[in-house]
Amino acid sequence: METINTFQIWYVFFLQLTPVWISLLITFSALFYWRKYLGVLGHLCNSRIGLVGLFIVLFWVFGAIFADMIALFEPFEQSGMYRRKPPGVINSKVGIPYIFGTDTLGRDLFSRMFYGSQTVLLIAPAACVVAYVVGITLGLPSGYFGGRSDTILSFLANLVLAFPVILLFYLLVAPGVRETILPNIMAGVFFLFPIIFALMVVYSRYSERINVLAPSVIFIFLIGAWLYSGLVFNADPLGLVTIDPNELNIFAAVVFASSPGVFRLVRGLTMDIKTRDYVAAAMTRGEGPFFIMIWEILPNARGPLIVDSCLRVGYVTILLGTLGFFGLGMEPESPDWGSMINQTRSYIRLVPTIVLPATLALASFVLGLNLLADGLREESAKD
Amino acid sequence: MLIFIIKRLFVLFLTMLCLSFIVFSLVTIEPNLKKLALNQANMRMEEEAVQSWLEKNGYKRPILVQYTEWLGNALTGDFGYSTHFRKPVNEVVWPKLWHTGILMFWVLIITIPVSLLIGIISGMREGSKLDRTLSIFSIITTSVPQYVSGILFTIIFSSWLKLFKGVAKAGNITFENFTLPVLTIVLYDIGYIARMTRASMVEVMNAQYIRTARLKGMSFISVVFKHALRNALIAPFTVIMLQFPWLLTGVVIVEKLFNYKGFGFLLVSAADQNDIDVTLACGVVAVILVLTTQLISDIGYAFLNPRIRFS
Repeated sequence: METINTFQIWYVFFLQLTPVWISLLITFSALFYWRKYLGVLGHLCNSRIGLVGLFIVLFWVFGAIFADMIALFEPFEQSGMYRRKPPGVINSKVGIPYIFGTDTLGRDLFSRMFYGSQTVLLIAPAACVVAYVVGITLGLPSGYFGGRSDTILSFLANLVLAFPVILLFYLLVAPGVRETILPNIMAGVFFLFPIIFALMVVYSRYSERINVLAPSVIFIFLIGAWLYSGLVFNADPLGLVTIDPNELNIFAAVVFASSPGVFRLVRGLTMDIKTRDYVAAAMTRGEGPFFIMIWEILPNARGPLIVDSCLRVGYVTILLGTLGFFGLGMEPESPDWGSMINQTRSYIRLVPTIVLPATLALASFVLGLNLLADGLREESAKD
Repeated sequence: MLIFIIKRLFVLFLTMLCLSFIVFSLVTIEPNLKKLALNQANMRMEEEAVQSWLEKNGYKRPILVQYTEWLGNALTGDFGYSTHFRKPVNEVVWPKLWHTGILMFWVLIITIPVSLLIGIISGMREGSKLDRTLSIFSIITTSVPQYVSGILFTIIFSSWLKLFKGVAKAGNITFENFTLPVLTIVLYDIGYIARMTRASMVEVMNAQYIRTARLKGMSFISVVFKHALRNALIAPFTVIMLQFPWLLTGVVIVEKLFNYKGFGFLLVSAADQNDIDVTLACGVVAVILVLTTQLISDIGYAFLNPRIRFS
């Protein structure tokens, strides 16, 4: 069996990633050129740790975007002849090397690693965005008004946070649960929050100008109803928005597990910021509570929220990996990193390199996010 | 203080009731029960027979009735019968919990001193070279989940260097087979606690009274030991206690990874095998463990922090 040596493996690797290198070059030059106008992101140029983090994160973002161009083989393409091969073996039929080796079904690990990043980089940030919207929509009024509803919401948040995460996932992401309507109910509740939040934003800004308020509310309802029908009921009239029952189940469970944390953070920040002078000034001006919450408190809480969101995406990535590792939720063929680790880990005694692509990909992406969060924290503390 | 503890206890019991009810209703959802019926009675049962089996075994009653019955039994120490092990649940769960207890013991005994030390040293002089190195080390350890580090350790130390074993047998603990599981959990937890300790230490070291102590001529070391540590260690105490739900996740992953037949392994396999009573018992035990540590952390925090104790 023909092989290529280590040097050639890395040569092919760098060559295949050309689109990623070009995009990284463009992004970083743009970042340095306009750094004065980019706020916190521009300050990041002063932090070496933050830049390294940004580099790693963007590497995977571009890797996911250009996965089709980078991959050498199709992610599900099996070959019985080349099973569990070490890195560098050449597939003699097509003359293309398996630069990171193959798994137990003869699928190319290098290609699967980049296709896998698509799953992870889609679900983790999307789930975090929804969790953030839920946490902000509930946390702002809770911290601002206090009172009984705050007590109840905090109790509920603590209830979810007291759950051992792994138990929660074993109970919520299971084939049995998918047969019930529970994931749809959960998704139905969570996807209401973006609509409520958008309405809050529009209402707080234009409550006096009915000629702007009315069309925007109608617009929000139309877009909201369209996305809602596609995501929750899987019945988009246009057929554009669909989501797999598996993915909906995972998505709902991840949002369920992470939104209480966001809620607590936002609530604490709101309670802190509402004592500031500019909030008192806004009150004296006669602004309504929702205007103050969304246009005075939320923008001033952005520093900790941005840092936390980086950490949270990393944490959700680890969670998704855990799900894959336990074989929960994801489809068996899925090339996401956790499932890849699960599929390959039994063979480490035969071919030790077989687990490296998925494990190192996952660890490096999370590391990038954590470094980025650290850089952002340091730079935003200087403001 | 007494009122505070009573209040906390009340919230604790309320939380426990709610959580055990959630666990109960999620474990006994209909698809699971149907699977149980097929498993227990006859694989090729018709839908009608399944329904009558469920009726006969009392799974058709309102969920609140079932829950109260289960709770009553559980409170008297009867957690039901394991359909997989064909033994009462009590005989299955407690020995496994003991195995996990041993694992946890070693993990905590290594994690706490090491992480506090790292946190204190790096927080002592913020921004120094040592601080930066240790901070990056902590960031790296928190970025590598147990299922990644565990596998990498197995490759390096077990397959390649042949120093340790990649499998840990419960009940037969030796340095050879116990090091890797413990190391895997410890490494992931160290980073988080160390970072919290560092943050708390940095905050204390920038406080006015530390500056005063330095200005009146105390040496740096004695300022750190006499003034800073006491105040800086309150926050990490809570963090260590609140780490418990995460620690449990780590234990489940590591036990699965190293085939260590403890509590986490039992939880996972019971859920996979649809062993309803065992899953319930494991879930409730996990919840109770987590809530108890939370209570200890709350009370301990109030006890350690005079600002709360005397207000």
